[in-house]
Amino acid sequence: MTELTRWTAAALAQAIHTREVTAVAVTRAHLDRIAAVDGPVHAFLHVDAGGALAAAARVDAALDDDEAPASPLAGVPLALKDVFTTADMPTTCGSRTLRGWQPPYDATVVGRLREAGVVILGKTNMDEFAMGSSTENSGYGPTHNPWDLDRIPGGSGGGASASLAAFEAPLAIGTDTGGSIRQPSSVTGTVGVKPTYGGVSRYGLVAFSSSLDQGGPCARTVLDAALLHEIIGGHDPLDSTSIDAPVPPVAEAARQGSSGDLHGVRVGVVTQFSGEGYQPGVLRAFEAAVEQLTALGAEVVEVSCPSFDYALPAYYLIAPSECSSNLARFDGMRYGLREGDDGSRSAEEVMARTRDAGFGAEVKRRIMIGTYALSSGYYDAYYGQAQKVRTLIRRDFEAAFERVDVLVSPTTPTTAFRIGERVDDPLAMYLADLCTIPANLAGNAALSVPCGLSEEDGMPVGLQVMSPTQADHRGYRLAAAYEAARDAAAGESLINAVPQLEVATR
Amino acid sequence: MTRTAALMSYEDVLGRFEPVLGLEVHVELSTATKMFCGCANRFGAEPNTLVCPTCLGLPGSLPVLNRAAVESVMRIGLALNCLIAPWCRFARKNYFYPDMPKNFQISQYDEPIAFDGSLVVALDDGSEFTVGIERVHMEEDTGKSLHRGSSTGRIHGSDHSLLDYNRAGVPLMEIVTKPVPGAGHRAPEVARCYVTALRDLLRALHVSDVRMDQGSLRCDANVSLTPRGASAFGTRTETKNVNSLRSVERAVRHEMQRQAEVLAGGGTVIQETRHFDEASWTTMAGRRKETSEDYRYFPEPDLVPIAPSQQWIEDLRTTLPELPWQRRARAQADWGLSDAELRDLVNAGALELIAATVDAGAPPSEARSWWVSYLTQQANTRDVELAELPVTPAQLARLIEMVTEGALTTTLARQVVDGVLAGEGEPDEVVAARGLAVVSDDSELQAAVDEALAAQPEVAEKIRGGKTAAAGAVVGAVMKATGGKADAKRVHELVLARCRP
Repeated sequence: MTELTRWTAAALAQAIHTREVTAVAVTRAHLDRIAAVDGPVHAFLHVDAGGALAAAARVDAALDDDEAPASPLAGVPLALKDVFTTADMPTTCGSRTLRGWQPPYDATVVGRLREAGVVILGKTNMDEFAMGSSTENSGYGPTHNPWDLDRIPGGSGGGASASLAAFEAPLAIGTDTGGSIRQPSSVTGTVGVKPTYGGVSRYGLVAFSSSLDQGGPCARTVLDAALLHEIIGGHDPLDSTSIDAPVPPVAEAARQGSSGDLHGVRVGVVTQFSGEGYQPGVLRAFEAAVEQLTALGAEVVEVSCPSFDYALPAYYLIAPSECSSNLARFDGMRYGLREGDDGSRSAEEVMARTRDAGFGAEVKRRIMIGTYALSSGYYDAYYGQAQKVRTLIRRDFEAAFERVDVLVSPTTPTTAFRIGERVDDPLAMYLADLCTIPANLAGNAALSVPCGLSEEDGMPVGLQVMSPTQADHRGYRLAAAYEAARDAAAGESLINAVPQLEVATR
Repeated sequence: MTRTAALMSYEDVLGRFEPVLGLEVHVELSTATKMFCGCANRFGAEPNTLVCPTCLGLPGSLPVLNRAAVESVMRIGLALNCLIAPWCRFARKNYFYPDMPKNFQISQYDEPIAFDGSLVVALDDGSEFTVGIERVHMEEDTGKSLHRGSSTGRIHGSDHSLLDYNRAGVPLMEIVTKPVPGAGHRAPEVARCYVTALRDLLRALHVSDVRMDQGSLRCDANVSLTPRGASAFGTRTETKNVNSLRSVERAVRHEMQRQAEVLAGGGTVIQETRHFDEASWTTMAGRRKETSEDYRYFPEPDLVPIAPSQQWIEDLRTTLPELPWQRRARAQADWGLSDAELRDLVNAGALELIAATVDAGAPPSEARSWWVSYLTQQANTRDVELAELPVTPAQLARLIEMVTEGALTTTLARQVVDGVLAGEGEPDEVVAARGLAVVSDDSELQAAVDEALAAQPEVAEKIRGGKTAAAGAVVGAVMKATGGKADAKRVHELVLARCRP
């Protein structure tokens, strides 16, 4: 038997539910792995060993009582991005301004995980308030990519993706505002899904950009992601933007897809996402994946979405605008950091000092951009124009989905870059989300599935699959089919190519 | 300390300028829960006990719109003859203040739910003045700051502040008038009567407590002066902290006189927010901001648009009760009142009470008489509003019924009312407990009549001589002797029978 930490979530769940292994043993194996490798990886900001073991013990106790498993993933451990509120763990959003903040309530996603018997190991590192593509903007130091510790694990959800690639957890929850699930998945050789906007409740997800933020599942296989998707998805009366409709049948689609047949599926290759700025190895891996899809029976055509060229600038007006308002509450008056309150200063001065000390440079940059873009006299030229671009992008998607069932592209133009390489060049950093942003602006579903290694650097490449709104299952079917063919061709799963990490001796 | 600004005489103001009003009224809705969360919407609870992650604006929390609040505002819009927007959104109004948990207020900006209506206002002489309604929109209230360590309770000079978020997220509605020109010398009265009419309307709709003293109805008065002969409106000021109906009138009047003095002296009126001082009846400039506030409004992304169906609107229209002006017109016709009589009833705050008493079965003339005379005296004695007296229209209707049946005399009935006001229970209980039933037993009355006639032989002689009007004196004596419990009509009959020639 291989180590439990290398199993898929589906396999772990089956072993736990058939009493081959206890949930406590599975959780302990992952906690041991975290203790052994998280020093150099730094995926976690907080590990709750006691809480995780207690949750696992409850799952075992229920199974001992011959109760049916609370969900298909009951007993399986999970790493939670530190942007969801937890009543029993701090929630920092990677920001110094929330150091040690203990929320009084669970996010809806967290409540659903607990009810499903999923074991939450701890909270993972992220770019501060989910702003970034490398986790270098975390107030608590960067996370390192398990494929190459000198490289970034993507961002903002780099802690979640790294925890999967380091075998510290088989499942993770991320959030995706402009690519924060998909881009980290892509650069760590893992699977990450941004569901349709409104498909997963945002209640308890600390907002970066409310109209774009979407929580979603992360895993090492498409089926695992689908099983997790079904647990966290669905209507929530506490989130007005939550869709009041059943969760699309994503697990069924993943199982159907794994048979490997894509006959009758029409796939559109987005012509805008190619050419200058794309790493040759990324493009070659992507092209090989498209050939594989054709070989599986899919009908592949090129589709032009001209408005996608304006997605990045539109995003960098809308997201900062909303963030400038969402982050106004971090003023030191009620919770979190308070700076300069020595009795000599007014509330206004304490607020200003707190915000100066608590926020990092990227967060400040975006608050200032957003404040400017919403100012009277500039609103129409910036925020208003960006919203028009958003409408055009939505129309491009609608037109494309009349011709094809799904759209594909590379998830991100390059493989994982080196830590420090882009920190002084925000625009270069922003380009990492070039291909992922359109789906956030339009609200439709999109995912990233690993599609091989780039020949220049041996780092993983991601295939992005975009589906229409509320048709998340289409992406799962295609991704599962591709994943099965990829592994069949290689003789093993791509993730097994991750180098062994130095294990700390205890 | 405060230098009182020079004022132009009111007559001179009107000779040279035409005042233009604009009134913004904020109303706290009396919904069971807050605007965007399930916390109770209640005044006077212990600080920070009616709060949750959403109304505290904790990270991750989200608003969910209160349907009852939306329906209240739509009903108000309909009662004000407004159009209801087929599609509208909330917006965020961004500014920093410690009592605002999110540092933005969820409000409506350029897409109000109701707009373009009017309110017909009854003035003191019974004439009517129509005020145009620009818009009615929804928003959430902020928390409350209590500044400590200064003698005045104001932020200036205080050393710390306490925050109470119970009010944060309470549903608020703002009703904004169109500019109101043409009121002339009656502008201050129009302002007061407009707020009165609005208060009565909201009370009839049961959507708010409309207590100006508790802040559930707050008025900001905008005033500008247009020089006679000019067409463009002058620069306006906005006066806040106007906490009673009288203050609305006084604030407008003061601001007209102050602005006129500034303009007459060659100065310019500064567009600013001013505060009304209840003690001096004057307005004072607030802290002047160096830059104008930019609220950076944008559509609230955490809420979905409101798109009321025509069916929903029409259903709400059918829930509108008889509105104050409809009730006034009906009362005048049904009860045969003159304009002056109607005006007096309205001014006394008696109309609703009389109507309710009539609805409970009393004849209109009796109901009116009780409320405007004896009960008005009682209210004045106790220094409360008529409606605040602890007697209900139903109780009064029962009392009138007993008088009509002859079970009580008017004098006894007043004693019964006194009992009810003193908290002794229902009218029937007071009658029983105080032993106030009318004496109509003939043998008992006959003895009293004979006694009275014997005491006044000269009067008895007059009656026998045909001067029946003199019987009143004997009846009075009998009533006095029986402590008012006698049936006066029966006593009169017995006196005449005894003195038959």
